[in-house]
Amino acid sequence: MTNIAETKNTDAGQTLEVNFGPQHPSTHGVFRMTVQLEGEKIRGLKPVFGYLHRNHEQIAENLPYAAIMPYTDRLDYVNALSNNFGYALTIEKLAAIEVPERAEYIRVIMAELARIVNHVAVIGFMLNDLGAFFTPLLYAFRERERILDLFEEVTGSRLMNNYFRFGGVKRDLTGQNLAAIRKIVSRFPAFLKEFEALLTKNEILCMRCQNIGILSAEAATNAGITGPVLRASGVNYDIRKVDGYSIYNRFDFKIPLGQKGDVYDRFYVRLLEIRESLKILDQALAAIPTGEIMNKKSLPMLKMPRNLKPPAGEAYGRVESPKGELGFYVVSDGTPQPWRYHVRAPSLINLTLLEEMCLGQKIADAIIILGSIDIVLGETDR
Amino acid sequence: MTVFGWGILKGLWVTLKNFLTSYFRKPDEGGIFTVQYPEEREKEIENFRNFPFLVYDGTPEKIRCVACGICERECPPKCIHIEMELDGTGKPARKPAVFDIDHALCMNCGMCEDVCPFDSIFMDHVFEVTAPERAEGLVRHKETLLKPNEYFQKIRPVAASIIDQKRKAAEEKKKAASAPQGPQ
Amino acid sequence: MNIPIEEIKKELESRLPDVKLRLIGNSLLIENADDLPRVALFLKESPKFLLDYLSSVTGADYLTFLESVYHFYSMAKKHGPVTLRVRVTSHHPKIPSLAPVYRSAELQEREAYDTFGIIYEGHPDLRRLFMWEEFQGYPLRKDYEQEDAEVLEVSDIAWLEARGIKIPAEMKEKAKALYAAGQRAVAHKPEKPRP
Repeated sequence: MTNIAETKNTDAGQTLEVNFGPQHPSTHGVFRMTVQLEGEKIRGLKPVFGYLHRNHEQIAENLPYAAIMPYTDRLDYVNALSNNFGYALTIEKLAAIEVPERAEYIRVIMAELARIVNHVAVIGFMLNDLGAFFTPLLYAFRERERILDLFEEVTGSRLMNNYFRFGGVKRDLTGQNLAAIRKIVSRFPAFLKEFEALLTKNEILCMRCQNIGILSAEAATNAGITGPVLRASGVNYDIRKVDGYSIYNRFDFKIPLGQKGDVYDRFYVRLLEIRESLKILDQALAAIPTGEIMNKKSLPMLKMPRNLKPPAGEAYGRVESPKGELGFYVVSDGTPQPWRYHVRAPSLINLTLLEEMCLGQKIADAIIILGSIDIVLGETDR
Repeated sequence: MTVFGWGILKGLWVTLKNFLTSYFRKPDEGGIFTVQYPEEREKEIENFRNFPFLVYDGTPEKIRCVACGICERECPPKCIHIEMELDGTGKPARKPAVFDIDHALCMNCGMCEDVCPFDSIFMDHVFEVTAPERAEGLVRHKETLLKPNEYFQKIRPVAASIIDQKRKAAEEKKKAASAPQGPQ
Repeated sequence: MNIPIEEIKKELESRLPDVKLRLIGNSLLIENADDLPRVALFLKESPKFLLDYLSSVTGADYLTFLESVYHFYSMAKKHGPVTLRVRVTSHHPKIPSLAPVYRSAELQEREAYDTFGIIYEGHPDLRRLFMWEEFQGYPLRKDYEQEDAEVLEVSDIAWLEARGIKIPAEMKEKAKALYAAGQRAVAHKPEKPRP
C-alpha cells in the first residue's frame, strides 16, 4: 500500500515521499497520490491519474449514438442515471428531439433518486474513512437498497441502468412502481432524523472534520469546482436552477449553502441536499401526468439506431450530477457515429485543488478531504 | 444539553436501539434482512436483465431467429457471432448455424433485445454462469442459448404475453390475407 | 440565460480591435492563437460578462487542423455558455495556456496534450495525464494507429533492461530492424471492416 520511494533533506528537515498507491481501501478506486511528508504533516501532494483509463471517448467514436448509452452508465458507476440524463440531454439538443411530459417527470424522479443514492453512499463512505467502521455506511445502505430494488424493477439493473433514450425513457412506471417510490419517500425522513442524531452533533466528527481542508469561494470558482464542494464554500451555483434544464423550474426547492468550506460543511450540505431531493420527489409524484413515454418520431429509432443521423454541428449539454457539473461535448458530422465525443468529468476537475487543501494538514486529514470531494474513478479516468 | 460528549451518547443510543430492535422487527422495518444465499433466494424480479437467450416455439428446430445479423451489428461490445445456415444448394436457410455469445464481453445492456425485429432474443435472469477458464468456457453456443417459449413466459410473464399477442395477431392477419376467397 | 454570441463579438471588436475573430455556428474562432489569453482575461474581468468559470477545455482533430474548444460560464451573473475556439496544425501545435488565468484549465489541458498532442505554452506542469510518461503517440488523433502489444520496440527494450529483465535476442533484432526502418509496431487491422 504505502511505498517508501525516497527521502530528501530539506532546510526544514527531512521529507519522506510516500505513495498512496493505487491499491488503497480509502481512495475510492484506483487513485494514486504521491505525498511528501514531514513527520505527519503534508508538504506536497501530487495526484496521479490513469489507472482506470478505458478510452471511453475513442470507443464512442466508432459506435452509433444509441449504443454509447450503456457506456455512459459506467462513467460514474455509483449513480448511472445522471450520466444517462446528461448524455440524452446533449443528443436531444444536437438533433432537436423533444421529450413528452410524462417522460420528463419520470426523468426528474429517476435523477433525484440517483442523487439520494449517491449522497447517501458518499456520506457513508466518508464516515468509513473517518473510522466509524461501517455502522453509518450500513444504515445508509439499508435505505439505498430499497431504491436499488426499485431501479431493478423499472430499468432492469441495479446499477448499470441504461434507461434513458433519446426522446424519452425505455420503460414506463407502473402504478406499483409509483407506490413503491411513494413508500420510499415517506420513509426517508425518519431515516434522516436517525442519521442526523447519530452524526451531526457527534463530537468526534466535529473535531475531526471542522476547519479541515478549507476551500475559499474565489479559489473554487477559478478552479472550476462544481457541485456540493462549491456550494459548501458558499457559492450559490446549481445547474438545476441556473439552466433550468428539463422541467426543474417547475419545482420549488432550495439550494443549501455552506459557510466555511471545510469537510464538515461538505458533509452537511449533502445531507441537506437529500432533504431537498425528497421535496422535489414529493412534488413530481403529485404532479406526474399520464401520457406517452417516448417521442413518437423517435420510436422507430429504437429498432434502427443507425438511422439517427444528427445534422452536422456540435452541442454541449450539462446536468447537475450529484458530484458536480457533468458535461458532454459532442460534435457530429452527419454520420451515425460522432466525430468527437468528450465528457467533462466533475471528479477530475474537483481534484485540481487537492494539493492546496491538503498542505499543512496531517495525513489522516488528507484521506478525509479526498473522501469529502467525492470522486469516483470511472469518471475521473473515463 | 451542552455537556461535552452528549453527541456521542445520542449516537450510541441510536446504535443500541437499532441493535435491540433488530431482533424483533421484520426484515423490512429494521430487522435482520440477510438472505442466506444459496439456501434462500430473493424473489425474482421480472425485468431483471442479464445475459441473452434465444426463444423457440415448440421444438428447438422452430427457432424464431432468422440469422439476420442485426443484433450482431448493434451489440456495443460486439460479443455476438452469427453464421447463417446454408441449405443443400448453398442458399441461405433462414436459421443460424452458429450463434455464439461471449459472456466475457457481454455487458448486459439489452440492446440486442431492443433491436431484434423477430422477437427471438431476450434477456434472461440467469446469473450463475461460471466456467473453468476464460477464453473457451465463457463463450456460449446456440445449444445452451436456446430455451422454449414456456420458459420465457415463466420468467417474464408480462413481456411474454405482449409478444405472444402480437405474434398471434400477425398470424391471424396472415391467415386472413392468404385464405381462399369465398363466393363473392 | 444565453448570451448572444454576436454581442460578445461586437464588444471584443470594440475593445480589442487587433484581435481577428470569426463566427462559426454559435462559437467564436480566434484566428491567431496567441490572442487567446488576452481575450479570456478580458471576458473574465469585463463587468458586463464576468465569465469567471471555465467549464470545459477540449481538443478535437479535424484532419487538417487540431482544435481546442473552451466553454465559459459565469457564476456571478449565472449566464453562459460562451464558446471559443482556437485552431492549430499538427506540425506546429502550440497554443498559449489558460492555466495562469483559470485554474480549471490545468488538468484539462494536460488531458488535451496527452490525447491530441496540443502543447500549451505557459502551463505550469505539462505532462501526460492518463498514459504513462514514456508513451509515444497521441491516441485520439484520427491518424493514430493501434500499437501491437506483443511486439517490442527499442524504447520498450531499454525500459525493461533497465529494470533487470532479460529479452531474447531475436526480439531485440526485430526491434532494431523496426527502428532502422523508421516504423512503429502497428497492430493488424481486423479483416472484416466494421459495418
